[in-house]
Amino acid sequence: MKHLLSLRETPESDIRYLLDTAQVFKEILARPVKKVPTLRGRAMITLFYENSTRTRTSFEMAAKIMSAEAINIAVAQSSVAKGECLKDTLLTLQALKADCVVMRHSASGAAEFAAAQLGIPVVNAGDGRHEHPTQGLLDMLTIRQHKGDLSGLTVAIVGDILHSRVARSNVWGLTKLGAEVRLVGPRTLLPPHAEGLPVRVYDNLRQGLEGADVVNVLRLQLERMERGLLPSLREYSRMFGISPTSIRFARPDALVLHPGPMNRGVEISADVADGRHGIASAVEEQVTNGVAVRMAVLYTLMGAQNPSITD
Amino acid sequence: MKVALVGGRVIDPAQGIDREADLLIEGERVAGCIGPGSAPSDYETIDVRGKVVVPGLIDIHVHLRDPGFEYKEDIESGTRAAAAGGFTRVCCMPNTNPAIDTGAVVRQIVETAKERGSARVHPIGAATRAMQGGQPTEMAELKAAGAIAISDDAFPLQDAETVRTIMQYCRMVDLPLMTHNEDKQLTEKGCMNDGYTATVLGLPGMPAAAEDIAVARNILLAKLTGCRLHLLHISTAGTVELLRRAKADGIEVTGEACPHHWALTDAACEGYRTDAKMNPPLRTEADCEAVKAGLKDGTIDCIVTDHAPHAEYEKEVEFEAAPFGILGLETSFPLTYTHLVLPGVLTLSQAIAKMTIEPACVLDLPDGAGTLEPGALADVAVLDLGAVWTVDRNAVRSKSHNTPFHGHELRGRAAFTLLGGRRIAL
Repeated sequence: MKHLLSLRETPESDIRYLLDTAQVFKEILARPVKKVPTLRGRAMITLFYENSTRTRTSFEMAAKIMSAEAINIAVAQSSVAKGECLKDTLLTLQALKADCVVMRHSASGAAEFAAAQLGIPVVNAGDGRHEHPTQGLLDMLTIRQHKGDLSGLTVAIVGDILHSRVARSNVWGLTKLGAEVRLVGPRTLLPPHAEGLPVRVYDNLRQGLEGADVVNVLRLQLERMERGLLPSLREYSRMFGISPTSIRFARPDALVLHPGPMNRGVEISADVADGRHGIASAVEEQVTNGVAVRMAVLYTLMGAQNPSITD
Repeated sequence: MKVALVGGRVIDPAQGIDREADLLIEGERVAGCIGPGSAPSDYETIDVRGKVVVPGLIDIHVHLRDPGFEYKEDIESGTRAAAAGGFTRVCCMPNTNPAIDTGAVVRQIVETAKERGSARVHPIGAATRAMQGGQPTEMAELKAAGAIAISDDAFPLQDAETVRTIMQYCRMVDLPLMTHNEDKQLTEKGCMNDGYTATVLGLPGMPAAAEDIAVARNILLAKLTGCRLHLLHISTAGTVELLRRAKADGIEVTGEACPHHWALTDAACEGYRTDAKMNPPLRTEADCEAVKAGLKDGTIDCIVTDHAPHAEYEKEVEFEAAPFGILGLETSFPLTYTHLVLPGVLTLSQAIAKMTIEPACVLDLPDGAGTLEPGALADVAVLDLGAVWTVDRNAVRSKSHNTPFHGHELRGRAAFTLLGGRRIAL
C-alpha cells in the first residue's frame, strides 16, 4: 500500500489487513502508558483545508502514540491564505521531509491529486463528497467488534447521502466484505444515480430499516435546509430521524453508529445517541476505534516494513 | 504560379466529386480538376499519390485566446495547430480579453491572422458587451469589421428576454446567433455530467436537462424572432431530438458536434482527469450514439472542435477548480475518421462535407469556402488515411497540452495544407 485515498480503490485484502492491524493496536490504547516506539523518527503532517477537531486530533493521537512527530497545518494560518495553489503547498511539505501527508480538503479528488504530485504516502482524511476512508474503516471495525463477520449483515446508512463522503467509503468498504448496504434518505439528498452503486436505495425510513443489523446515521448539515433541499428540520426529523420509535423498524439488536458531530434531536435523538432503553449505540467506541484505525494506517504507510519508504 | 496536386483522390462534396484526379491551382485560386496524369507541363507538381485531396477543413468553433490569454494560445500558435489538423479556416469565439465586442478587436484579429496566421480566421462577435449578459454589442459595426456571427459561448445568456432582444438584432443585421445552451440554475457548481461517475467521484453534476431546456427555449425564441440560430457543441440525446424536430418544423436552426462528444463518455473523468473536463461535459454512451445518429441523418450539420487551450498549471489543480475546455484542432479529423468513417457511421465524403461545405454554409463564409470549385480560393487539405499514430500531448502545435486523447491510437491524419495555393510550413 502506497497511499490510502479511497476504499473503492483499496483491495479487499488490504481492507482486511488494516482492520486486523487496528484490532491489534486497539490493545495499546487500553494500556496505562500509551506509547510505542514503532514510528520514531517519522513525521506526519496533517493539512486540513476544512475544519475538523475529531479527525485531526485522532490522527495526531495515533501518530504520537506510535512516537511519530505530528505537525498540524491549519490552512487559515498557512501560505494558502496568500494564494498558494495546492500543488505548491504539497511540494513544500514534501521538501520539508514529511514522511506522510494527511489531508482534508473540500474538493473531491484532492487526495488523489496530492498522491499524483507526491512521492510520499498520502492519507485522505476526507475529500469533498468523495471519500473518508479512515471513517469507513473505523465504522467497519466497530461493526465487526459487535457483530463478528461483516458478511451477510445488512447496514442501513441514513441521511444526507448526496453530500456524504462517509457514505461512499462505507458503501465500498462494507460491500467488499460482503455486507448488504442500503442508502436511506430524502430524494433531495440522495445522489441522482445512486442506483448504479452496489446498494439498495430507499426514500422511506421504515422500509429502509426493516431487517437492518446496523444503522449508520449521518450528520445533517444544517446548510442543506438553507439551500432549500429540505422544507424544515422538523419534517426531516419526523421522516428520517432515528428515535427510540423509528429504530424499532430495524432488528431488535440493531447497532447504531454516527460519525459525529451529532445534531441531537435532528437526525438522532438523545436517547438513541446515548444508548438508553436498551438501544445499542456505539458512537463513543467509534471515536476510540478511529485512533486504532489511524494507527494501523500510519503504521502500514510509514512503517519500516513498507518498501515504498525505503525504496 | 501554377501548381498541380497530382495522383491523389479528390473529394469535394460540394461538387459531388470523389475520384482520382489532379487538382490545378493558379495563383491563389483553384483552376480546375482534371483526369489523373493530364496536368499541363507548365504546372509545378506536388506528388500526392496515396493521399486524399479535399477542400481545406473549416472549424467554426475554436478559442484562439488572443487577445488577452496569449499564454494559453495565440493566433499564430492556434492557426498552426489548425494547419497541422488540416484546417485552413477557423472561426474564433469572443471570450477574449477584451472580448470581441468592438470593431477594433475584430479588425485586430483579422489583421494579425493575415500577418502571422497559418489559416484564415473569422472572428465571432460577442452578443453582449464584455459578455456580461446585459447591453447588446454594436453588431452592425462588428459585421462591417469582419465578424461572421454572434455568440454567447462560455457565458450563456440566461435571461429569455435578453435572448429575444439579441435575436431580433441579429436578424436585422443578418448574422446567425450561435448559442451555448445551458440553464445555469441547473448546473450551478457542476463540473461534469450528472451521472454514475459523478456520483462515485463525489463531484457535482450537470444534468443533460440543463442543455435541453436551454435548447428548447432558444429554438422557440428563434421561431418567434426569425433569427438564424446555430446550436453550439451538442452533447445530449435530448438536444439532437429537439434539433431534429425544429428542422422538421421548418425553423431556421443548425447544429454542430465535437469529436469528444461521440468518442468519449463521462467515464473519462475517472481519476479526476481535468483534461476530460469541458462544458458541455462528456455524457453517456446513449448520448454519444444519439450524436452519431444526428450526424448520420443530417440533423447535426457540422463537426467542430471547441478547441479550448488552457495552460498546464491551470489544469493541474483540483478537478472542481480546473477550467473547462480541451484541445481539438489536431485530433479532429483523425477522431472523425477513426470513430465515424471507419465504423461506417458516415462515408468519407459525408464526413468531409461536415468539415468543409456544411460549416461554410452554416455561417455563409465568403470566397468559395469549403469547396474546390474553379475560382474558389485554393485552400486545400491533403489527408493521409493510412496514417496510424498515437496522440502525444507533448507533441502538439498548440501552446497548451490539455487533450484527453493522449495515448489514443488514431487512424488518418492531415499531411499538409495549402492556403491560397501556398503550402503551409509547420
